[in-house]
Amino acid sequence: MNFNLSQNGYFGQYGGRFVPEILIPAVDELNRVFQEIRHDQDFYRQYYSLLMDFSGRPTPLTYAAGLTEYFGGGRIYIKREDLNHSGAHKINNVLGQGLVMKRLGKTRVIAETGAGQHGVATAIMAAKMGYKATIYMGAEDAERQYANVFWMKQLGAEVVPVTTGTATLKDAINEALRDWAGNFDNTHYVLGTACGPRPFPEMVTFFQSVISKEMKRQIHDLHGKNPDRIYACLGGGSNAMGAFAEFLEDDGVELIAVEAGGKGQASGKHASRIAYGTASVGICQGYKTLFLQDEDGQMLDTWSISAGLDYVGVSPILAHLAETKRVRVLAATDDQVIDAFKLVVSKEGLIPALESTHAFAGLFREVQNTASDDIIVVNMSGRGDKDIFNIGEALRDEGWKSFVQERGRRYAE
Amino acid sequence: MKAGSHLFRKGGEDMQSEQLQIEKYIEDLKKSKNILLMTHQIIGYPDFATNELAIECFYRHGVDLIELQIPFSDPVADGPLFVKSNQAVLEKGVKVTQCLEFVARMVKKYPVSFLIMTYYNILYQYGVQRFIDKCQQIGVQGTIVPDAPLDEAREYFDYSRQQGLAAVSIATPYSFEQRLQEIASVGSGFIYYVPRKGVTGSKTNFADEVLAGIKSAKNITGATIAVGFGIQGAEDVAKLIGTADIAIIGSKIQRVIESEGLSGLELFMEAIAGVNGEE
Repeated sequence: MNFNLSQNGYFGQYGGRFVPEILIPAVDELNRVFQEIRHDQDFYRQYYSLLMDFSGRPTPLTYAAGLTEYFGGGRIYIKREDLNHSGAHKINNVLGQGLVMKRLGKTRVIAETGAGQHGVATAIMAAKMGYKATIYMGAEDAERQYANVFWMKQLGAEVVPVTTGTATLKDAINEALRDWAGNFDNTHYVLGTACGPRPFPEMVTFFQSVISKEMKRQIHDLHGKNPDRIYACLGGGSNAMGAFAEFLEDDGVELIAVEAGGKGQASGKHASRIAYGTASVGICQGYKTLFLQDEDGQMLDTWSISAGLDYVGVSPILAHLAETKRVRVLAATDDQVIDAFKLVVSKEGLIPALESTHAFAGLFREVQNTASDDIIVVNMSGRGDKDIFNIGEALRDEGWKSFVQERGRRYAE
Repeated sequence: MKAGSHLFRKGGEDMQSEQLQIEKYIEDLKKSKNILLMTHQIIGYPDFATNELAIECFYRHGVDLIELQIPFSDPVADGPLFVKSNQAVLEKGVKVTQCLEFVARMVKKYPVSFLIMTYYNILYQYGVQRFIDKCQQIGVQGTIVPDAPLDEAREYFDYSRQQGLAAVSIATPYSFEQRLQEIASVGSGFIYYVPRKGVTGSKTNFADEVLAGIKSAKNITGATIAVGFGIQGAEDVAKLIGTADIAIIGSKIQRVIESEGLSGLELFMEAIAGVNGEE
């Protein structure tokens, strides 16, 4: 692991640990343990073998022949994080923090979740490792993604719908922080994204960087060189940091993060902090980064077709990498995402999550600027087939709609 | 201490030896009272008129310090009761400038020491120094910012002291000796001691070991100690006499107003004032 961006938990001007005093010992203890394990080869071996045995790593790097031929630009590869157990990259971080919990001697785990992927992954980890789990989920998200709530409960986790604030991911993080403030002596908070107080941005990046480690080896095996571009969607930033981490010092690799443009910049209904340039530096949720906020510093409501990208802040590491021009940030609108989704499904026989489809939509918009010998990797952070309720609705599919109505009628009887 | 005093030295001893106006105020009151009282209101909740009536009631019952909270969208140190009231005020469209105007008016009207409590992003967006300058200009004695840790927000702590305002730091039973010393030297005015884990609003059991923790914090720092979080009434305040210098009552006051109205608050404050032998 050669990446070490942090100066005292800061990445340029972003980061830090702005938590109430009661949580300082807990976050500092976690940081101590993280500094121990990050250079511990035995720990990493244990971690990676857990990923292999339990989650099916390494995930393949699939050549996208259909899309490459269709666009006639660079060669497109897809990193298949959808093939992880639980169907998304979230499990990489969760299993790592599960092992960290063991070192900390904690027996209960809490987590926030947006789309539900991180909640399901945490519930899976807790079931496997024998921890008690409580998952905080915005009430609005719990409604959008009930299938994931169902699985969390089956896995034995307690799911707490959060009704405060905007009832989405941001508010679930607040509730998890409040729970942690009351229970840190036996409870570990598994933050799911590369945000929040030190050491979470760096620790989540550390565990997710397994994606770019494998990617680098895989693309070198095929082409003997680095890719020219890597695309990843950007909500909090965990899959983007995972896909970028190993290439940060390789200047020839262009790194592109794609935010949720929602209904477009003019509508104000989006979750783009960087690409639309509407966010400003603030301090909230335990860290300093770019937030979508009003002139008083009150956080704004965000919008995205995908619950997993519907977040008001962004990883302090990515805020810094965007500011220093190491990462280029785009936004894809809901409509562009739907079009991209149809194309990926029909040309590749793959079903990306709507979150991950943002990465494809970002690429498709500028694929004409690539040369045929360019090598492009898209990080497909999760699979979409389990989001059928959302995707069926987003595609306005008549057959799906009548099926749901019919089911509803049968349950009503 | 006046603004721009040349005695100020960054991180130096001189800075600490200067007594702030609020520190003098507390020192004088300690001589005549068993325990000082600080009460709390969320600005704009349920409305400005009720806030003012509550403040008037606090004043009549001899409250020494009043903590007025500027609402924030993401108040992580607050429990469910205050989370909802923060949100309710923001939903009405109340802005930070209105809150500051209200505080300015109260400071003029009631000869009590006023502090502003809020979260760091409110100061950060206003401009940390500009916010403190504004507080000083309207006669606020200090600020309490629970998500501004000592080592992350030195600008806030140092500039406050330089301008003669208290930047109240927070200690907990989990703050050990070295941390307590930092808390005492970086913060100013007094130490806000949170006697348990968790957030605002739930009850605290002021058992012997809790009181011992407060005493130990006081012995280590030699500072004025205010205790808040979970004080339910006169009985809890009485338990703190001889241990804490200031008792802070927050959520319970909002609960009393919500369930029994301002006449309920009248009775509640009467009982609290009785702890110092006042009517």
